[in-house]
Order: sequence, then structure tokens, then C-alpha cells
Amino acid sequence: MKSLEDLKALREKLQADIKVRENSGTKIIVGMGTCGIAAGAREVMAAILDELAVRKLKNVQVQQTGCIGMCEKEVLVDVVRPGEPRITYGRVKPIDVKRIIAEHVINGRIIEDLVVGKIEGGEI
Amino acid sequence: MQHIRAHVLVCGGTGCKSAGSGKVIENFKTELENKGLSDEVMVVETGCHGFCEHGPLVIVYPEGTFYCHVGPEDVKEIVETHLYKGRIVDRLLYREPMSLEAVPNYKDIGFYKKQERRVLANCGHINPEVIEEYIALGGYEGLAKALTTMTPDQVVEEVKKSGLRGRGGAGFPTGLKWSFAKASVNEKKYIICNADEGDPGAFMDRSVLEGDPHKILEGMAIAAYAIGSDEGYIYVRAEYPLAIKRLRVAIAQAEELGFLGSHIFGTDFSLQIHIKEGAGAFVCGEETALMASIEGRRGMPRPRPPFPAVAGLWGKPTNINNVETLANVPLILQKGADWYCTCGTEKSKGTKVFALTGKINNTGLAEVPMGITMREIIYDIGGGINNGKKFKAVQIGGPSGGCLPESMLDLPVDYDSLISAGAMMGSGGLVVMDEDTCMVDVARFFLNFTQSESCGKCTPCREGTKRMLEILTRITDGNGRDGDIELLEDMAGKIKDSALCGLGQTAPNPVLSTLKYFRHEYEAHIYEKRCPAKACGKLASYNITDACKGCGICIKVCPVKAITGDSKRKHVIDPIVCIKCGACMTACPFKAIVKG
Repeated sequence: MKSLEDLKALREKLQADIKVRENSGTKIIVGMGTCGIAAGAREVMAAILDELAVRKLKNVQVQQTGCIGMCEKEVLVDVVRPGEPRITYGRVKPIDVKRIIAEHVINGRIIEDLVVGKIEGGEI
Repeated sequence: MQHIRAHVLVCGGTGCKSAGSGKVIENFKTELENKGLSDEVMVVETGCHGFCEHGPLVIVYPEGTFYCHVGPEDVKEIVETHLYKGRIVDRLLYREPMSLEAVPNYKDIGFYKKQERRVLANCGHINPEVIEEYIALGGYEGLAKALTTMTPDQVVEEVKKSGLRGRGGAGFPTGLKWSFAKASVNEKKYIICNADEGDPGAFMDRSVLEGDPHKILEGMAIAAYAIGSDEGYIYVRAEYPLAIKRLRVAIAQAEELGFLGSHIFGTDFSLQIHIKEGAGAFVCGEETALMASIEGRRGMPRPRPPFPAVAGLWGKPTNINNVETLANVPLILQKGADWYCTCGTEKSKGTKVFALTGKINNTGLAEVPMGITMREIIYDIGGGINNGKKFKAVQIGGPSGGCLPESMLDLPVDYDSLISAGAMMGSGGLVVMDEDTCMVDVARFFLNFTQSESCGKCTPCREGTKRMLEILTRITDGNGRDGDIELLEDMAGKIKDSALCGLGQTAPNPVLSTLKYFRHEYEAHIYEKRCPAKACGKLASYNITDACKGCGICIKVCPVKAITGDSKRKHVIDPIVCIKCGACMTACPFKAIVKG
């Protein structure tokens, strides 16, 4: 450790590991009610975590939620980028995950053919 | 490598540990393994959050859900319901004491809303045994800035500008204290951290040492650079084994990464820190006794001058600071003195950590800006008096401090206002008392402590505290005499003026303070042989009420045969024979005996 700059660089690198505790960044919310799990939500969750690991994305939180009532459309995955509306994708399968992350999470483009609904105001 | 999506932070502070948080952590690891979630969820053992009454505490991120009173048997449910299915476990959430509403998020809990957590910022949020987490949150930046961009003079100026005052209790301006040691000319100088924390019930320093030990190391390093020292000691009381362990780990990790040792940050500055364990003496919190103890001599104070800044440890210039004082230093260097001054009052800048204990709902640790009122601390943060009782007084400053009654609750808390009210800031221990507390007994309790801790070197303290204790004991036993109050006041003044060190000089404070606000209680004890709070056993009268079923149990347990009565008829206690031991009241299965 030779200088303030060295320390700041180390800090940047280590901050990513604590990001989870800051409750900021893009949120991906996976429906994990009984209907969701029966429809395969655990596999979708695993695919999401894999993709995030492969892409080394750090400013993304993954949360779960219970059944919201639209059981017909499980597996449901919501994506909320800071300041943007909350978008709900339905009938998500593990192979759709790469597209959701590349197009929406990273580039902000909503994937029309998977969308079920949209909530304005971007609040959680 | 898998992406970790959740962190489960379990409090590993001493309070929660003794309530079983160790087993909670173990169970989390097992249950996560069982559910196949070990690659996604990380379990972190943190330091103390301060909300000790409600432990063991668990916080789940990213949501920030705050669970309290978590037992090892609750872990399975949390893992299945919250971590696997994403549903909050409602029954384990914190509930506000007055409204009984559940508050799921850490940030919204009343206890934390009025706090300004600077010194305690990392406590509960990081694993204190992992230096990387301290660095991730800005650790050691203050030291880097000081060493690579500032001169020792500039560092002292910055601390002076911040207005930081000693948090050990006396409130002496820290920057000024550093400048004295800096001005002394000597090849060898020492920096000492006073982590003895002797006040009964105080645990502010313990929580910082256990929860964020690197903050202290960084603070000591900055201070050492400022005064020109290359060797330091942390004097920790031996009764804090966890704090000692965390400090040792922290020192080793800091040395490994080059934050301690030689040529830190590539400069000429080097620092080696040793740990010296205390040996159970309150007086060793006094700086000259502390230094004697480090030197291997008996912990007894000596007259000053010479002050430690001129001739201290082994005769060399030494600067001693309290744990909390040093914990403020890295922040001042990292964010600047101007930022530091944004909170606090004109003469008392910054925050103070208080240990809330006694008859209060939320016992624990709280850090508040100077200038907050005592009422806000006790009611908004502390949650008010427990068991629906009425507030009577709050003791501040431990055995060296004084009490404040109801009428003083709106006093803004800072060094000078407390002194003018007849109390003192002290190290930050607050003991809240209710209507059932006898203020004379409180004075006796503290004097009992200082008497047993008196080192015996000077007559005013050794003899004076003993005699004052005798008088107070006589009063609470019902043998108070006319003239006792005047004698106590006279002795108190003389002891304060002539004792050798702070222990003796402040030992009479609890007596003077309780006399100032509760003189009528002393008078009731002496002239009416009555304890207004009905607390003093020897002055109570025990009576059998109509609820008595004549079972005879009390007759059997009474050691002096003071109770008489026929079977199935109401019994009677003879007040002259009765020695007020209370055994009958405890034994009665019908709660028919009352103390009055």
C-alpha cells in the first residue's frame, strides 16, 4: 500500500462485495410463492445467479417475493432499474434469462414478448 | 464463482453472544447447506448493533429486514420462509413498544431514527475480523490522507478545528492535548489507548473494540503520526476477552497489509501497537495509574505535574486518549473538520455514544448528536420507562457522575450544560431509575463501588469514602442521625478538594447530586425512618392483608418467629420483632403480604 490512490483502488474492488448491504442498484425480483416454485422459479433463480456471476455484474440485487395472484403466468420475474418503471415478465424460463439480463438489466430495453405488466413510479 | 444474492448479518457482540447468537450462526450455516443455498447466501458475524435488549439480532440484506430475539430454533423458519421463499417472518420482527406496530426495516425503527451513527457506523454492518470490509467502507483513508498529504502540524490543526473533546469523561480538547505531546522533544514518545472502561454498566468502548477494531488502530496511527510516536499500547481490561481477541486479529491483519509496522504508505512513519491487559482495577482507568500498570508496577496514581505529555510512560512524552475519542479521529481526517462540526453544539461538537441501562424499554447502545435532550434519549430512543412505571431520575457519568431529575429532562446534553446541572458527561453510561428506586441507596451503591476500588494511597479517598459509606449505610438501615446530612456535605467538599486522583475527587459526586435534587428522601430516612420509594428493606414494614388464607407457610419461614396466627385465620406480623428480611413475602403463595 503505497499511496492514497492505491488504497482507493483497493476500496473500489472490495466495495462490490459489500454492495448487497446497501440496498441500491437494479433489482431483479423473482416470484417464489408455491405456484412460482412449482412452475420452476428455483431453476430460473439459479440461471439468473449464474448469468450475473458470468458477467461479473455487481450493482444488481436479487430479491424474492411471494405469490401476487397471477399464478397462471408464473414464473414471474420483475426488473426495476433505478428511476424506471417496474416491469413484470411472465412465463419466464431459464433460457429467457440471458436475454432479460443482456437487454433489460444492462441496456434498459424492455422485452415486449415476455412482458406481462408495468408499474409506473418505480417504487418497491 | 456463484453470485451471492443475500447477506445474513448475525450480531456477534458480547450481549447477543451470551443470548445464544453463536448457535444461531451455526444453525444458519447448516440450514443453508441443507436447502442448497450456501452458494447464494453469505452468513456474516458482525459486531454490536447497540439494540442489545432485543438480541440476538439478525439483519437480512438486500431488503434490510430486521429480526430480533432470534433463537437457534427460529433459524430453520427464516431460511425456509425468507431466504428460500422471499417472505418476511412476521413474528420475529421488531415491534415498537408503545404502538406494538411491526417495523420490518432497520432504518425505520424508532431506536435508530434519532441517532447519528458515526463512531458506531460500522458496528453491526461489517465482519470485524475481515479487514477488507473495513476498507470497503472507507477504512484507512484518513490515515493515508494524513501520512501522504499532511504534516503532523496540519493533522493537529485539523483535530483542533473539529472541536473534538475527550470522550473518556473530562472533555479536554483533544487537538490541544496532542499539541502538548507534540511539543515535547524526545526521540521516544508513546501513544496509549485507554480501553479500561471501568464504569459499571458502561459498554460503549467494548462495542467499538468488538465491532470495529480497525477504527481504533487507525485513530491511534493518526495520533501517533501527529505527536511523533512510533510505539503504542492499548490498555484493555481483561474482562473483555472478545475485544482482546478481535484487536489481536485486527493488528495482525493491519500489519499484513502494511497499515501498521514500518514505513507505512511508503513514508518514514512507523508504528507498532501492543496490547496490555488490565487486571481488574477501576483505578487503572486513571491515566497515571494506567501507565504504572503498563510499566509492571502497582496501579496507583501519582501527582501531576509532570503531565504525561511531558513525562509519561517510562518517563517519555505520552499521549493517552479514550477509545471513543480515537474512534472519531479517522472520520475527522477522512471527511474533514468542517464536516465533523455539522453536528453538535457550539462548544461540544460531534456525537456521543451512550449506554442506556436501568428501567428503560430499549436498553442498549445509542449514538446521538451533542445537544439532543435527555427526554429524547430516554423516551424516543429508549422507548420510555418499562413496566409502565414513572421516571424518577437518570444517573450520568457512573460513579463519578450525578443524577438528573424529571425537571431537568429538557436539558440539551453537552459537556458544559451537564456540569452546570451538577452532573457530568462521564464516559456515557446512563442508568435510568423509576419511582421504585431509592436515591439514598443509589448514592450508597456508587460509594460502595468507589470505596472498594480505592487504591488506598491518599487519606482523603481511603478514609473519606469509607466514612461516607458508613454514614449512608446507617441511613439506609434506619439508623440515620441528625447532623448526618451536614456531615456528608462537609466531607464531600473536603474529599473533592484534597484527593490525589479523579477517583477520589469525583467519588462524592453521586452523594452531592442526590442531595441537591432529593434531599427530602434523605430527611425521610433520617427523621421519619421511612424510605419514600419503599425500596430500603430495613425501613419497610411488612403487613399481611385480607388475602391471607391462614396456611402457616410464612410462620415456618420467618427466622425470628415474628408471625403468629391460627390455622385458616388471618396471620399477624409483630413489627417490633420483624427484621424486615422479606422471606415471608417471597414465600406466601397467595401474595397476601405487602411491603409498605
